Amino acid sequence: MIDYIKLGVLGAIAVLAAIAANYAHDLAYMVNALTVMLAAAITFIWVLRRIDEPRPAPVNEYNDGVIRAGVIATSFWGVVGFLVGVTIAFQLAFPALNFSDLTHGYLNFGKLRPLHTSAVIFAFGGNALIMSSFYIVQRTSAARLWGGNLAWFVFWGYQLVIVLAATGYILGATQSKEYAEPEWYVDIWLTVVWVAFLAVFLGTVIKRKEPHIYVANWFLLSFIVTVAMLHLVNNLSIPVSLFGSKSVQVFSGVQDAMTQWWYGHNAVGFFLTAGFLGMMYYFVPKQVERPVYSYKLSIIHFWALIFLYIWAGPHHLHYTALPDWASTLGMVFSIILWMPSWGGMINGLMTLSGAWDKLRTDPIIRMMVVSIGFYGMSTFEGPMMSIKAVNSLSHYTDWTIGHVHSGALGWNGMITFGALYFLTPRLWNRERLYSLTLVSWHFWLATIGIVLYAASMWVTGIMEGLMWREVDAQGFLVNAFADTVAAKFPMYVVRGLGGVLYLAGAVIMVYNLWATVAKQPATAGARAAVPAE
Amino acid sequence: MDSYSLLRHFADSWALLALVAVFLGVVVWAFRPGSRSLHRDIANIPFRHEDRPAAGDSAAQEALK
Repeated sequence: MIDYIKLGVLGAIAVLAAIAANYAHDLAYMVNALTVMLAAAITFIWVLRRIDEPRPAPVNEYNDGVIRAGVIATSFWGVVGFLVGVTIAFQLAFPALNFSDLTHGYLNFGKLRPLHTSAVIFAFGGNALIMSSFYIVQRTSAARLWGGNLAWFVFWGYQLVIVLAATGYILGATQSKEYAEPEWYVDIWLTVVWVAFLAVFLGTVIKRKEPHIYVANWFLLSFIVTVAMLHLVNNLSIPVSLFGSKSVQVFSGVQDAMTQWWYGHNAVGFFLTAGFLGMMYYFVPKQVERPVYSYKLSIIHFWALIFLYIWAGPHHLHYTALPDWASTLGMVFSIILWMPSWGGMINGLMTLSGAWDKLRTDPIIRMMVVSIGFYGMSTFEGPMMSIKAVNSLSHYTDWTIGHVHSGALGWNGMITFGALYFLTPRLWNRERLYSLTLVSWHFWLATIGIVLYAASMWVTGIMEGLMWREVDAQGFLVNAFADTVAAKFPMYVVRGLGGVLYLAGAVIMVYNLWATVAKQPATAGARAAVPAE
Repeated sequence: MDSYSLLRHFADSWALLALVAVFLGVVVWAFRPGSRSLHRDIANIPFRHEDRPAAGDSAAQEALK
């Protein structure tokens, strides 16, 4: 019966999307409507072909199929996101690479930049978070995922969000809010997917067989709940037409700016920090084979982070129309935030105490340790840059870009690579990874890439900050904006090369993960045979 | 009094006090006597049930006791 309802809904969606594409006011909306139509049609056929087939309920095993899909999606979007990043890095160094005449501006830096940020944060990071949430919540609750195939809906629904957003950016659908660029209909669809994600996660926690909720699940749950809240408030907008992508924000002026950076900073705080800390609190102890250094510290880490992060947003708006007290508040909370962040870093690192020798033999642990190190470094750099006097130099310069990337490439990227290396042999029932030498290559390429990236951005950021404020004896500005652009050229090339190294490491990882599954036999072992995907 | 000033006043006083009290309460609760063995048990959750869920519901009820 449920299959017939599904067919009805999917058919209706496909027809409505076709009608919407027909009435579309703009190209982006039309392409997005056609994409939805196609997605609904494919799902329709898939449901139709297996209708009324008996589906034995899996007994006493985890739902790992959706996590395997998550591993593949994370690796794929990672390489795509890094590739676009390298492209725009060289576009900045060599503007001819925009190929504006050839592509009529569709692949200019301005179009590709949000594509890069969304691809790495939401496609690569988001898939990493969803897959590890599903893995961790099952293992630490000793229960199969709640909701049956709802987890698959979350997975495919999220991929649809990514495709709609990415094609929308290129064709001009954007509400111009950083990290929240997708237009109103993508926002609504993401809300539906996110509620399903929350239901699967919370449902599994509720039916857990362990009496206590492990700390990683606290971080993951706070990530899911807070991102839902941020997403809803920051995307309050009214569409101009049901058949167009354009919408108008409900907030305006400084309220809109404050809402945007309340969202923006907490996207960093809860998506890129709390969620990935959930990964750290599970994968680091598992890989080291030791429980977390101090469970008490992890509790305090959690609550301090939750109580403090939400106030730090105004530091993105120093010296603007924002009231002075608000930006001081943001600065003070950012500085206080340094303490719990370092508490968490110490907790992660000290989990290795007594097992430091494993650093010599296990490149995956090396990756995780470097990741935690970058977490500590960027959570020191961030509070420092939020101080108004420092911010007056650093704001609007490449220093900010360097800071973001030491956090994103170092902390988020490296912990995700560690998780992928951890998960792949386990999910596909292989005894070990294909090659630890290749993991070492990945580790060194990525680490040297980050160092080149961050160092060149520090130099160029501080240089341009100093050039912008330099005045002569009469009080006139010494440098034109174009002078700073010219002076930054060598550092831009170094940054691009750092990106190439990081991308090369990721490509090696993809090969290694593929070979782990394709070139090695499955272990029989104690574990049940995994159904072929 | 306009609602902005009212809310601002409330946020500066009682809401601030309540949030700080909850946070300090959490810290004190984490360090309560007897929490050590409990926390050691919870910290070891990742090392159980690696391959398959815990057995049926009755066994789980036993474990909860």
